[in-house]
Amino acid sequence: MKPIATFQDLLIKCNTENKKIYEIAQQEEAKFAECEISEVRKNIEAVLSAMQDSIKEGLNSSELSMSKMVGADCEKLKNYYTKQNGIFSPQLQNVIKYALATAEQNARMGKIAACPTAGACGIVPAAILGISNAKNASNETIINALLTAGIIGKIVAAKAALAGAVGGCQNECGVAAGMAAGAVVEILGGTNEQILNAAALAIKNILGLACDPIAGLVEVPCVKRNPFLAVHSITAAEMALADIQSIVPIDEVIDALKQIGALMSPALKESAQAGLATTQTGLKITESLNKIWNS
Amino acid sequence: MGHSSIFNIITPIMVGPSSSHTAGAVRIGLLAGKIYGSNRPKKVHFKLYNSFAKTGKGHGTDKGLLSGVLGFAVDDVRIKNALEIANELGIDYSFEYAEDFNRHPNSVDITFSGDVEIKISGDSLGGAEVVITNINGYNVNLKGNYHTLLLIYKDMPGMIYKVTTLIQDFDINIASMTCDREAKGHNASMSICLDSPLSEEILESLKTIDEIYLIRNIEVTK
Repeated sequence: MKPIATFQDLLIKCNTENKKIYEIAQQEEAKFAECEISEVRKNIEAVLSAMQDSIKEGLNSSELSMSKMVGADCEKLKNYYTKQNGIFSPQLQNVIKYALATAEQNARMGKIAACPTAGACGIVPAAILGISNAKNASNETIINALLTAGIIGKIVAAKAALAGAVGGCQNECGVAAGMAAGAVVEILGGTNEQILNAAALAIKNILGLACDPIAGLVEVPCVKRNPFLAVHSITAAEMALADIQSIVPIDEVIDALKQIGALMSPALKESAQAGLATTQTGLKITESLNKIWNS
Repeated sequence: MGHSSIFNIITPIMVGPSSSHTAGAVRIGLLAGKIYGSNRPKKVHFKLYNSFAKTGKGHGTDKGLLSGVLGFAVDDVRIKNALEIANELGIDYSFEYAEDFNRHPNSVDITFSGDVEIKISGDSLGGAEVVITNINGYNVNLKGNYHTLLLIYKDMPGMIYKVTTLIQDFDINIASMTCDREAKGHNASMSICLDSPLSEEILESLKTIDEIYLIRNIEVTK
């Protein structure tokens, strides 16, 4: 049996076996790990529990990162929402709070699940847990959602490395948004086609995103980018659930992502040599950090 | 690209902020610590190269490396306080920062001294994957993703045969191996990746071979 290398392969397998994407994901994983499907699901649950812990700890901390650039913003958001109703629905408010909480937790050397990377760790948990809490989704549904996100990430990773240094932020936060979008559609009861459309729409609309963090640290813009792309993934999920299709199929979107990543200047791929990193403010911060750390 | 695991994508569960510069650093430290041996080192020096040197402070690369040497896993919340913990344990540690474009962008040399001096080089490949590339001048290829048997021995005819036969006698499959030597008849190294862990019995048998100077059974790194 040849491994699933493309989303087309995945869809064909789903249709042949009359299964949902998460069912294929858990069955492939059990085969790979030579274990029972129940064990795969138990391990997925452990990751979800780690994600929940990061959110909880992140929501209760305002400790700054070592550079002091980030760490206190989730608290501001929380305070704002206690005083104001805000424009977002309460579930979307949770999505941005959870994403920010997790990303800040990462920046302050807290514990997170690098799903799919540490810098993009807030997007998938915020979308899955934010939406599932709002919809009172069962534990089994949440596990199905993370399995769905996982296989989306796995198929992308087989073509394009999930690393900002390889393809810019589109390969990290962008792919995370694609994974999250598919997972949300699964929670809301969408079809396999809708799941893959959601992933395609999310990734398609962040192509070309640079990785240009100040001082090369996983902080600015990474931390705040997590809530932005968590909401982006919900937009993609809603559109897909309305049966809006990505004109370019997901496999071709990934080809485009890979090509754009290759064409992107190395200065925009995690090297802190252009973009936000070399703005007047970016350079000023870098200089002062160097003074503190290299003295 | 063959089969792979979903868990490579949705984990590791780790202490942030960077899979390459924090978790990768911990894993290099862990592997280096296992190669050094079971005793806690008295003195350890880290020479960080390139991006590890440039952005290491902000990513906690120093804390990560030291945590690994102390035996902390990538998700251990003590990583943040590794410097203080090492101080309390009386470990003499130091860091040096260098640029060398012949080296990988995220690269480190770890030198242990005390009872025995051993220098280990490693690279962080991204996504918390790492490789130990060199031990005391011998090229190795140790990633921690397999049970690995590491040997330093005297180069002579039949040594590879002796070791691999012994492994085969216990019905263990060799996934891959890397060998290197100083010169003909001098010291040599073997790192053998295995599909299942070695038993105590094999390790005891290896100890009876006089020409093997160092034996390390390195289990899969979490």
